[in-house]
Amino acid sequence: MELDTVLMSRLLTAMTLGFHIIFATLGVGVPLMISIAELIGIKKKDPYYRLLARRWTRGFVISVAVGVVTGTAIGLQLSLVWPNFMQVAGNVISLPLFMEVFAFFFEAIFLGIYLYTWDRFKNQYIHWLFSLPIIIGGGFSAVFITTVNAFMNTPDGFTVENGTFAAVNPITAMLNPATPTKVFHVLSSAYLTCAAILAAITAFMILKKKTTAYYKKALKLTLTLTFIFAVITAIAGDSSAKFLAAHQPEKLAAAEWHFETEEGADLLLFGWLNDAHEAIGEIRIPKFLSFLAHGDFNAEVAGLEETPDEYWPPLWVHYMFDLMVTIGFFLPAVALLYLILSKLKKRDEHNKGMLSLIVLSGPLAMLAIEFGWIYAEEGRQPWIIRGYMTVEEAATSSPHIGLMFFLFLALYVVLGTLCIVTLRKVFRDNPAEEELEKLYPSVEKGDKS
Amino acid sequence: MVSYEIIGVSVLWIFLYGYLIVASIDFGAGFFAFYAKVTKQDHVVNQLIARYLSPVWEVTNVFFVFFFVGIVGFFPETAYYYGTALLVPGSIAIILLAIRGSFYAFENYGSKQSTVYTFLYGATGLLIPASLSVALTLSEGGFIKETNGTVSLQYLELFTSPLSWSIVALAIVSVLFISAAFLSFYAARAKDYPALKLVRNFALFWSTPAIIAAMTTLIFLSQHNERHYESMLDLWWMFGLSVGFFMIAIWLLYRGKLYGIAFVSIMLQYLFAFFGYGIGHYPYLLDPYISIHESATHESMGIALVIAFIGGLLLLVPSLILLMRLFLFNADYVKGKK
Ligand code: HDD
Ligand code: HEM
Ligand code: HEM
Repeated sequence: MELDTVLMSRLLTAMTLGFHIIFATLGVGVPLMISIAELIGIKKKDPYYRLLARRWTRGFVISVAVGVVTGTAIGLQLSLVWPNFMQVAGNVISLPLFMEVFAFFFEAIFLGIYLYTWDRFKNQYIHWLFSLPIIIGGGFSAVFITTVNAFMNTPDGFTVENGTFAAVNPITAMLNPATPTKVFHVLSSAYLTCAAILAAITAFMILKKKTTAYYKKALKLTLTLTFIFAVITAIAGDSSAKFLAAHQPEKLAAAEWHFETEEGADLLLFGWLNDAHEAIGEIRIPKFLSFLAHGDFNAEVAGLEETPDEYWPPLWVHYMFDLMVTIGFFLPAVALLYLILSKLKKRDEHNKGMLSLIVLSGPLAMLAIEFGWIYAEEGRQPWIIRGYMTVEEAATSSPHIGLMFFLFLALYVVLGTLCIVTLRKVFRDNPAEEELEKLYPSVEKGDKS
Repeated sequence: MVSYEIIGVSVLWIFLYGYLIVASIDFGAGFFAFYAKVTKQDHVVNQLIARYLSPVWEVTNVFFVFFFVGIVGFFPETAYYYGTALLVPGSIAIILLAIRGSFYAFENYGSKQSTVYTFLYGATGLLIPASLSVALTLSEGGFIKETNGTVSLQYLELFTSPLSWSIVALAIVSVLFISAAFLSFYAARAKDYPALKLVRNFALFWSTPAIIAAMTTLIFLSQHNERHYESMLDLWWMFGLSVGFFMIAIWLLYRGKLYGIAFVSIMLQYLFAFFGYGIGHYPYLLDPYISIHESATHESMGIALVIAFIGGLLLLVPSLILLMRLFLFNADYVKGKK
């Protein structure tokens, strides 16, 4: 019974977060893409880009709505499902949670303004300026919530007296050792994912219909951004790994099935474990783990043997890590291939194979986000606050949690389905070509609206 | 020097009051939109409702998030007691809020008119205040028990308590009353006279149940929590002012003029009642388990939160003013010309 409530609590949280993070990632990244498109449109006086910004925004408001309601759900669930965690940790980390609300406020207000003022100002830059607070608000909500998650991994900024937290320093708690790399990686991967998804949608449209100037410009823009952010994300991921090696070695060791501390450690990809904890069928890259962990091929990497058995994270996180990293190399490769093809005069970069690869990148990027989070959260097990409180101690004691799980499952199924149905309808009823004619009848003469 | 926990609780109470007003407008509007559709009057008012709600519904939601994040921040003990006890009612409220918010977006931005969406939108508008008001009932004590370190909610007592039902009734009728009064003001500004006629009638109609529900709640409260009731009696002047503003509002609505002032009077009516109730609650956040002074967070955190709050306000107030100038007080926008 006791264990059941803990298990159901974990499942409920995992499900809500796994669902929220899809929309949260869109909420962080898509405004940046919209803003870039609108700025190019205004600068170049090119109606195509402005239409792009408009159409992306129209899809965005629908995903934001789901982001807001699922975010409200996870925010309340933190207290409802993990009352003991919030009671203890609330003393140390409520500052970023509180500031996050202001970021939402800021974002929500300007999103309302941005949406309803497309043609209200003579000077088009004023409308564009309203996109900046949305980017900042979304970005900072990610920053603040990530500091909370970082705190759970490397708690800091307090002392323990008589079993309770004392001498609290909220700023130190926020700027704990995990914060810099985590924030960097979360932001860059959100931008990468949104660029990849928008590219995927564009490629899909080209496959289904035909190439038009509108789609070509969109594809070029989104894939350029995908490439840039993919490189930045890889750098950020690399610094995350170096952070783990220094502060949370058991998480990295679990991801790499690295049991014994050794120098010049190999990087393992995929494979499986036998009963004696030996990897079989893996791809082995010599000495690369040492490089990933310390930037030196011969450095020593701590193995799981240094952590007592009962504090080992589950070993299946290996697959989560590998999948994320594989996708991390796939995405820039696809984008680069496209960019090279488009430079070569002889080649048509809009061939079926290329477009299919791009279509694939979008969902893969979102999957990488999910894998990354599952790795990060499972890799912290059994702790909820590493070294201080276990997940089991933190969970609610309410026996109704199982029922709630199924209620929320039903809710997310309905929300997810309706969101997709609505999005498809919005764009099908309103094709880009028609809208271009309606909004900017004088396309060649430049844009005066 | 006022202590940070008093500042904290005051700020939270002010925000809860803000949520009460803006959310009531939103929730009630949903119900009226549905009612108008069923009675085939939707062409009269729904345009009006949509123009106000579209740009602001997300902002309304943040008021609520602010409150629950703030209360756990300033008073982490509340997470333990309320969190455990409210798992079921809280989850139901989340689900209703989720349905409401997302369906609103699906219908409005998705350009699909569907009676099912409108129905859900209207029904949740009444169910959400009902489920949220449970938290207020619980705070009176007697419904949450802690035995051997486990907190549980006494469902039977809750569902058979006249106090809890009267609070639910008060919440629902207040929502309808506040919302109708605001829509009257908005319709008058938009010079939309057919809509004005309709919503003004709503406002006048719901005023009577609102005041009756308030009185009933007071009576049941006196039976349930004597201490709270006595401290509220000491604040009799606040409730007197509340009734006074109620009278002014009704009179103005009845005479059909100065709708802006009428709505402000209703805001003041609820302000005084809400603060009279809240101050009477002092010092308990949950009678008798959580009191403000014992459950407050560490001083350093409390001060950090107050500073963050001031910083946040400096950012938000100008933005909110901009939002209101663009949508609420921009005559052309209200009239539908923009
Ligand atoms: C598009 C998404 C994406 C991509 C392509 C990558 N990552 Fe990642 N990764 C994330 C999205 C992500 C994430 C969802 O944002 C995580 C989860 C928690 C976090 O801090 O970021 C994450 C976590 C995460 C962690 C754990 C950090 C921690 O728990 O503190 C490490 C070590 C890496 N990543 C390393 C990499 C490497 C070496 C990559 C190779 C290119 C890589 N990631 C690509
Ligand atoms: C938004 C991105 C996040 C995602 C996708 C995510 C994902 C997950 C997953 C998959 C689990 C389940 C682990 C299990 O099976 O036990 C989990 C657990 C949990 N996460 Fe995260 N997490 C995220 C961020 C956060 C943040 C910012 C917090 C803190 C405020 C947090 C708090 C928790 C808690 C309390 C649990 C339950 C305990 C546990 O199992 O570790 N998560 N999360
Ligand atoms: C435990 C983890 C989390 C909690 C408690 C949480 C809480 C919330 C809440 C309460 C909202 C709704 C705010 C509103 O009413 O407008 C929200 C939305 C949002 N969240 Fe989360 N969140 C979590 C994880 C994350 C993560 C990891 C990110 C970013 C990587 C994120 C980014 C956002 C963004 C950008 C929004 C705005 C809505 C949108 O644009 O889609 N959240 N979140």
